[in-house]
Amino acid sequence: MAFTFAAFCYMLALLLTAALIFFAIWHIIAFDGLKTDYKNPIDQCNTLNPLVLPEYLIHVFFCVMFLCAAEWLTLGLNMPLLAYHVWRYMSRPVMSGPGLYDPTTIMNADILAYCQKEGWCKLAFYLLSFFYYLYGMIYVLVGS
Amino acid sequence: MSAPRFTNLNTSVGYSLNSTPNGGSAPPYQNGPVGQTYTSTHSSTGYYGVSPHEQSYPAVPGNCAPAPRKSHITNNDHSAYYHHNSYQQTIGAPTVPSGYGETPPHHPASQPYGVPAPAAPPNHQHAPSFQQPAPYTPPGAYYGQRQYPTSQVQHHPQQPTLVSAPPVGPGAPMYPIVSYPSAPGSSQYGTLRSSRAPTDSGAIPNLMGAPLHQYPPGNGPTESAAVSPGYSVAPTSQQATVNGQVNAGTVYTSVAVSVSLPNQSDEKSSSSQVSLHCSDPPPGGDSSSTTTDSVSPVPNSYDSLEGGSYPESSVPPSVDEAKQAPPFGYGYPSMQPAYQQGPPPRTDSSPSHCGYNQTGYQHLSQPFPSMSQLSAALGGLSGVPELEVEALRPVNLLQERNLLPLRPLEAPEPHLSADLKKANCSPNTFRCTLTNIPQSQALLNKARLPLGLLLHPFRDLSQLPVITSNTIVRCRSCRAYINPFVSFLDQRRWKCNLCYRVNDVPDEFMYNPVTRSYGEPHKRPEVQNSTVEFIASSDYMLRPPQPAVYLFVLDVSHNAVEAGYLQVCCQTLLENLDRMPGDTRTRVGFVTFDSTIHFYNLHESLSQPQMLVVSDIDDVFIPTHDSLLVNLKESKELVRGLLTALPGMFFQTRETHSALGPALQAAYKLMSPTGGRVSLFQTQLPTLGHGLLQSREDPNQRSTTKGVQHLGPATDFYKKLALDCSGQQIGVDLFLLSSQYSDLASLACVSKYSAGSIFYYPSFHHVRNPAQLDKFRKDLERYLTRKIGFEAVMRIRCTKGLSIHTFHGNFFVRSTDLLSLANVNPDSGFAVQMSIEESLADTSLACFQAALLYTSSKGKRRIRVHTLCLPVVSQLSDVYAGADVQAITCLLANMAIDRSISSSLSDARDALVNAVVDSLSAYKSTVSNLQQSGLIAPASLCLFPLYVLALLKQKALRTGTSTRLDERVFAMCEFKTQPLQQVMRMVHPNLYRVDAMSDQGALHLSDCVVPQPHLLHLTAEKLTREGAFLMDCGSVFYLWIGKCCNQMFIREVLGCPNHASIPPNMTHIPELENPQSERLRAFLAWLQDSRTFSSTLHVVKDDASGKTSFFQYLVEDRSESAFSYYEFLLHVQQQISK
Repeated sequence: MAFTFAAFCYMLALLLTAALIFFAIWHIIAFDGLKTDYKNPIDQCNTLNPLVLPEYLIHVFFCVMFLCAAEWLTLGLNMPLLAYHVWRYMSRPVMSGPGLYDPTTIMNADILAYCQKEGWCKLAFYLLSFFYYLYGMIYVLVGS
Repeated sequence: MSAPRFTNLNTSVGYSLNSTPNGGSAPPYQNGPVGQTYTSTHSSTGYYGVSPHEQSYPAVPGNCAPAPRKSHITNNDHSAYYHHNSYQQTIGAPTVPSGYGETPPHHPASQPYGVPAPAAPPNHQHAPSFQQPAPYTPPGAYYGQRQYPTSQVQHHPQQPTLVSAPPVGPGAPMYPIVSYPSAPGSSQYGTLRSSRAPTDSGAIPNLMGAPLHQYPPGNGPTESAAVSPGYSVAPTSQQATVNGQVNAGTVYTSVAVSVSLPNQSDEKSSSSQVSLHCSDPPPGGDSSSTTTDSVSPVPNSYDSLEGGSYPESSVPPSVDEAKQAPPFGYGYPSMQPAYQQGPPPRTDSSPSHCGYNQTGYQHLSQPFPSMSQLSAALGGLSGVPELEVEALRPVNLLQERNLLPLRPLEAPEPHLSADLKKANCSPNTFRCTLTNIPQSQALLNKARLPLGLLLHPFRDLSQLPVITSNTIVRCRSCRAYINPFVSFLDQRRWKCNLCYRVNDVPDEFMYNPVTRSYGEPHKRPEVQNSTVEFIASSDYMLRPPQPAVYLFVLDVSHNAVEAGYLQVCCQTLLENLDRMPGDTRTRVGFVTFDSTIHFYNLHESLSQPQMLVVSDIDDVFIPTHDSLLVNLKESKELVRGLLTALPGMFFQTRETHSALGPALQAAYKLMSPTGGRVSLFQTQLPTLGHGLLQSREDPNQRSTTKGVQHLGPATDFYKKLALDCSGQQIGVDLFLLSSQYSDLASLACVSKYSAGSIFYYPSFHHVRNPAQLDKFRKDLERYLTRKIGFEAVMRIRCTKGLSIHTFHGNFFVRSTDLLSLANVNPDSGFAVQMSIEESLADTSLACFQAALLYTSSKGKRRIRVHTLCLPVVSQLSDVYAGADVQAITCLLANMAIDRSISSSLSDARDALVNAVVDSLSAYKSTVSNLQQSGLIAPASLCLFPLYVLALLKQKALRTGTSTRLDERVFAMCEFKTQPLQQVMRMVHPNLYRVDAMSDQGALHLSDCVVPQPHLLHLTAEKLTREGAFLMDCGSVFYLWIGKCCNQMFIREVLGCPNHASIPPNMTHIPELENPQSERLRAFLAWLQDSRTFSSTLHVVKDDASGKTSFFQYLVEDRSESAFSYYEFLLHVQQQISK
């Protein structure tokens, strides 16, 4: 039982995923607020947009860590989300600031529903990966 | 929340309350308070602060999961009422003493007012109501300021009223009275079930049964759970069965008949029903009796009120009926038939309820015969055979060549009863793509037609009832305004037609200002007209109403001077300065810009305008804060001086740059304290400072058939600025007068999101393009003098179950059903896509209400309310029969434009073609049983392929024909903002032959005779060399003169000796004194009357170069890159058979 770099990566990922779960929940709540008329879309987009890049960067960060640790399976599992993030950011509306959400289109029922669904899917993914990392960490710790 | 709710609901308390009233003393008391609180309640409705309530509304359907708290409160109340009502019925029922007996706990309470009752119940009600605000606050309703507590106060009174109804003791003589109130109560819930129910005798007991059924749980601990279903779910399920049994359209009609007949007979024959006649008196009687009671605080005023109404109400039923029928949009009384047949309730779980039910609904049937008949009739109407048959007549498109009607197409009429039809909103203002609303999303999907609304809410109206009253009567749950389609359960209560909540009729509403009589709430103008305007009180204001503020931002760069618009613009402004809407507070200001920004100090004390130049365009500031926007009245001379001098001031300018972005920022800063209108005149691509743009158009790609690029904005600068403006109630209107590419796609954003309007004059030049100059002048004149509304919001409410999917137009969407419009003008239209979230099976009518709250130019806060009512159908064929092809086309155009911006143009075009293919194939496979080959469409949709083909050939959506990017983008903007009639004229112009017009079939107006030539298909086939043809394209008329046209026509109408001598750029028709000329001019003037912007006229000679612009509108002909109509049909057919 040794504390390897891979184990460190998993522990880090575990922590960061917890943060990502928080991000996802935050998004879901925010979009729900929009849907039920609680919030002004401009304010809501202003609070959400700064969170988008950090979320993506955190994810990229531990993907790179896994790459360095040569945890191929874990990396492979994360690739789809990574690709999705890249695509999502590339196809964002014309905006001068960072972020994805445009207050003028966010109230469109389709876009709102999409964003909400995206939030739920990500939440599920992060939750699953949280437990996977936990498992991975123990596995690495025990195995080495 | 749940705990308190519980208690209050805990219907048992409420119950006892109820029973007390039975004692007879209670009602007055309760009534009294109602009257009192009423005003306060209303005042509490915040300026759209109201919204919180509305907001709560959507939650209801979604129900429990996401926001249980909000919705529940109301729900519970409802349910509570419900129970009370039903309860009372039983009590009241003379025949059923047992029922009475069943209520033992309450019974004792029947002693007057018993100690506990009056005080306690209100409290209970209150407790929850006070909490209500809490959940709402978060919405941070933009317009804030609602005082919940007060409004809730009203709330509680209501319950008492309900209670009060059965004032009479169990005593036999009073009995009729009892029935009166109870009936409405039951129908309240009955409402949820559609009027179709009637046929099914079993259904009724069922209906009654279900809610009752829930009743016991209501008392029990599970209240919250039980209640909400009682309200929403339960009915649906019942409905399902009902529908199953009563589907066919024909059945409906028969139902209607059967229902109404029995009704009448009932009234006259059965003794129990006699009570009906007496039913009205109760309120009066009540109040009087109550007055005597010590408890009632304000008996007198109330009494008098009632007294007024009393005589009226005691009129025999037939009269009653006549009077009351019209206003009742919903009658659910459909239950009657069941009643008569009197089958035992079949679903009832417990025997005890049985007895309950029967008695209950006996009363039900009695109260408002008129209402029930009406509703039954309504239900029946949903399948009106003749009209439908015509609308559904299968048309083989490939064979029938003359599809166009002789006169321009009218909007299809919804199949409603005559009363409702009469009250319904004008199709010019409010139109739905499907005049028969499908009852579920599944049915809508099957029809493959878009569901949506087209609105022209601020249209200039010749007749508009304006209502000034202290209390604007609105539903307490969904905040809908009272309208012709609500139902009055009795004199004191009305049921909202959108959310079905039962509300009190405030005392003030009992007085009818028109007839000056009391007791006729259903005759008030609000209830007689579906388009009304209210003068709003200060509750509808966030701040004092703003004055009219106009800021003109003028481009004075070299390019602008060269184009020469400044002269015309200033001239027109000068001429119309006094005609601009406003009052003594009206303020104006001017900003000009090239590479720097110039402000004009127009302070009244100055002898001449003082120009202040700001050259720091990276960080714009306002040089002086007062006197840049000046009172028009006080500084009129200076303003005039400035306008006279302006064109000359920049005559020699060599500055070619344009700092548009900074100028707009300056305008924003200048206007933000007040809000108002910014009119921006721009002649070139902005080249300096923030928001500078590059040319993105590749002229070689203009006629490409591949994707068109750059339809979206290049930067979000203008969008952000527009959002800022919108937040400060500033609307920006853009006039783009440019001869080169100016990236309208980016610039338009500034108007799009600030609810402005966009005008574009391609290749504008004051010398070289006189037609454009003329158009600009006329447009500007209309623009300056048209009505304007400031700081506006528009909310669209619809019947529970329908929801808004997407909005189209110029505005900012602030929440799911609220549009923020910094300015609203009478020329802009809106489109709304709808979706059906919950089945509408339990209602027979769907209603839509658009409420536009704005500040008039005179500083009055006003609310314009439009309400549209449409039948709900369950048959696919009915959906097709009610399709409004023009509205569908417009909505599709809007959707296609969204698609082409978000995805690609070719995608949008494909989607349009698919819309035709899908709907026609769906029709073929499901509705028409004809197995014949060919392309079959229902008559209601026979023009659909033609219109879609025309759409595909529009500048906005065409490919393969050389189209400038700016013109394309402008055409897109037009589609999104123009009202339906205008869009249709653009899409499918009207072509008339005018050289041989006669007075046959002419329209005789007061001062002239307008000939009505027939519409012709848009194909060169219809043009003959011997004729003269007029094409009406909305903003432009083309008069095409054939080569061999009758010499006399040319001489008499155009004043030219022959065809060859007609000048090439003729743009108006001389006023000649002969019948031919007079006829044509009368016709043109008549066409012009129907639109607000004046259209220009082009005389096109057969051989002239102007021919191409004329021929591009002949959409049925093949062009270089597009199908002819016949080819298009073949293509569609091929797609269908695939």
